[in-house]
Amino acid sequence: MNPVLHVSDLQVSYYTDAGRARALDGVSLSLAAGEKLGLVGESGSGKSTMALAMMRMIKPPGRIEGGKVIVEDTDLMSLSEGDMLDARLSKISYIPQGAMNSLNPVTRIGAQMTDAIRAHDPRARPADIKRRCLEALGSVDLRSEVFRMYAHELSGGMKQRVCIAIGILLNPKVLICDEPTSALDVVTQRQVMETIDRVQDQIGAAVILIGHDMGLMAQFVDKVAVMYAGRLMELSTVREMFTDPKHPYAQALISSLPNLDNKGVFQGIPGLAPSLLRLPGGCPFHPRCPQVMEICKTEVPKFQFLPNSNRLAACHLYSSAERPRS
Amino acid sequence: MTPLLEFQNVTKVYSRGLLSRHSTTALSGLSLKLEAEQPTIVTVAGESGSGKTTLAMLLLGFIEPTEGRILYRGQDISRLAGEDRLTFRREVQAVFQDPFAVFNPFYPVDHLLSVPINRFKLAKSRAEARTKMEAALSAVGLQPGEILGRFPHQLSGGQRQRINVARALLLRPRLLVADEPVSMVDASLRANILETLRNLQTQYGVSIIYITHDLTTAYHITKSIVVLYRGAVMEVGDVDAVIKQPQHPYTQLLIDSIPWPDVNRHWGETEIKAKETDFSDHRAGCKFYARCPFAMDKCRTPPPLFQIGDFQAAACYLYDKNPVIESEHLSELLPI
Repeated sequence: MNPVLHVSDLQVSYYTDAGRARALDGVSLSLAAGEKLGLVGESGSGKSTMALAMMRMIKPPGRIEGGKVIVEDTDLMSLSEGDMLDARLSKISYIPQGAMNSLNPVTRIGAQMTDAIRAHDPRARPADIKRRCLEALGSVDLRSEVFRMYAHELSGGMKQRVCIAIGILLNPKVLICDEPTSALDVVTQRQVMETIDRVQDQIGAAVILIGHDMGLMAQFVDKVAVMYAGRLMELSTVREMFTDPKHPYAQALISSLPNLDNKGVFQGIPGLAPSLLRLPGGCPFHPRCPQVMEICKTEVPKFQFLPNSNRLAACHLYSSAERPRS
Repeated sequence: MTPLLEFQNVTKVYSRGLLSRHSTTALSGLSLKLEAEQPTIVTVAGESGSGKTTLAMLLLGFIEPTEGRILYRGQDISRLAGEDRLTFRREVQAVFQDPFAVFNPFYPVDHLLSVPINRFKLAKSRAEARTKMEAALSAVGLQPGEILGRFPHQLSGGQRQRINVARALLLRPRLLVADEPVSMVDASLRANILETLRNLQTQYGVSIIYITHDLTTAYHITKSIVVLYRGAVMEVGDVDAVIKQPQHPYTQLLIDSIPWPDVNRHWGETEIKAKETDFSDHRAGCKFYARCPFAMDKCRTPPPLFQIGDFQAAACYLYDKNPVIESEHLSELLPI
């Protein structure tokens, strides 16, 4: 199947007074239509930067320093500013973290949805616009009265679903959801995730779900990508990731999860995530890795296929060519 | 024996202005007792709007109950004065949800620890204060040398939340109210904080009221649980029983909605559709009536607690063949 999204070697740095922070260091992945990818990692691992870079919304002092983001056949990085404006929402759509707080408090929901369509299609007829808005609201399970309501009249879950409705107004090919449910209760969370699932089926988009809740990932996505210090550590199907994680960081992440069977066992990951300004040499995870080898301290492991599988990992344990000479 | 803490039929109603007809019952008729002899961890669970935070605010004495009394070691906390009030303030401590908001960004984090030391005159000299601060930080698994003298923005959320626990520990509390202490912390750091809380109970004999909407962490840290929905108790009991065999339809929905990190366990297997709470419903009776698939006519009157097991009871007429438990005896269903 042809991938609808192909990201290759994406590089983003933030230039601060204290130096250059490499927030994304050569991230590559691809995704087919209708697929769901989970992007997990601790705070500061570069998940949100990844989303912003794909939308070309990185603001100074950050800079996209290289790489391609290809949606269908268009490289978003090569578009002019004007064309990129058009591409946002119609090709690639982003539901930011805490999106529900980004609704304008003084205009009606309908006006904000109309704005989005107008910006892409200035000559659309008002009746058409309204019909498309109501359809979008309907597909996220909201009553049509919401069109005439203000943000403060809606609950958190409803606001979040309005944001999803705006995100899918123009049938994008890729939908990026950055922690869409982190401020919601479990029941509302389930409702929002079910909504995303249903609209994805309708418009056939690829979905990237960003978050640190592994439970949500297990229930929702097809593939999981684990990020650490701006690099991908492992990319596997959700079943492989939860039953047989390969990268030591992924293993630590999975075993730190609370489950029904291991009551009262708490296993955090020792150590702290490194500062992006002072990354350790070699593999960024080596100071916390229980299986660290000499080579890990000097050489950055390549993100490559594991032997005889279509899983990817960046770890010297699996790079046979680079095994330490005994 | 005087219990450490006792809620006697506590109700809190928020009314909206003088002329408004609407009022919100945030907590209705809760009775709860914590014994002084055996420190324990009790979870209070529920969605937003279930009255969890109201319970914490009442317990800390920030707001007063509309009806009923809250006793701390036999004394009504709204009548405490002078010396007693100061003791209460020292012995009942809180850890709040947001580890970012409680720090003053203009001071190094030492400030958060030195203020209570000065306030309660815990140290005679600076050196003694410093030793106490270092001991408290070590007790929560932090390196004092890495923490003291730094500013809040230089520390991670997990570190800050542990400093909050250290601050509470410094005062040698008897009771700790932890209101969603891990919901804003990275998943990989949650384990550390929960472990720290559990050590407080086992090693320092602190009783903990753990308020959360996250039943996965509740399951791991506590023995007993109280499930609230819109201010009313839905189900209480042993955490194993309640989470593995939930009886009340609401608890079933709640537990079915937990995204377990297990690919073989799917959410959404019960028939109850995930839907948000509708706060405009002010009818008397079971608060879950409007959403409940088993709703019957008699649900229009508030259901009492029906005993289901030695350590489990649900407020639901589906179990009306079982013996009724008076709400004053609710604490007997909570194993320690």
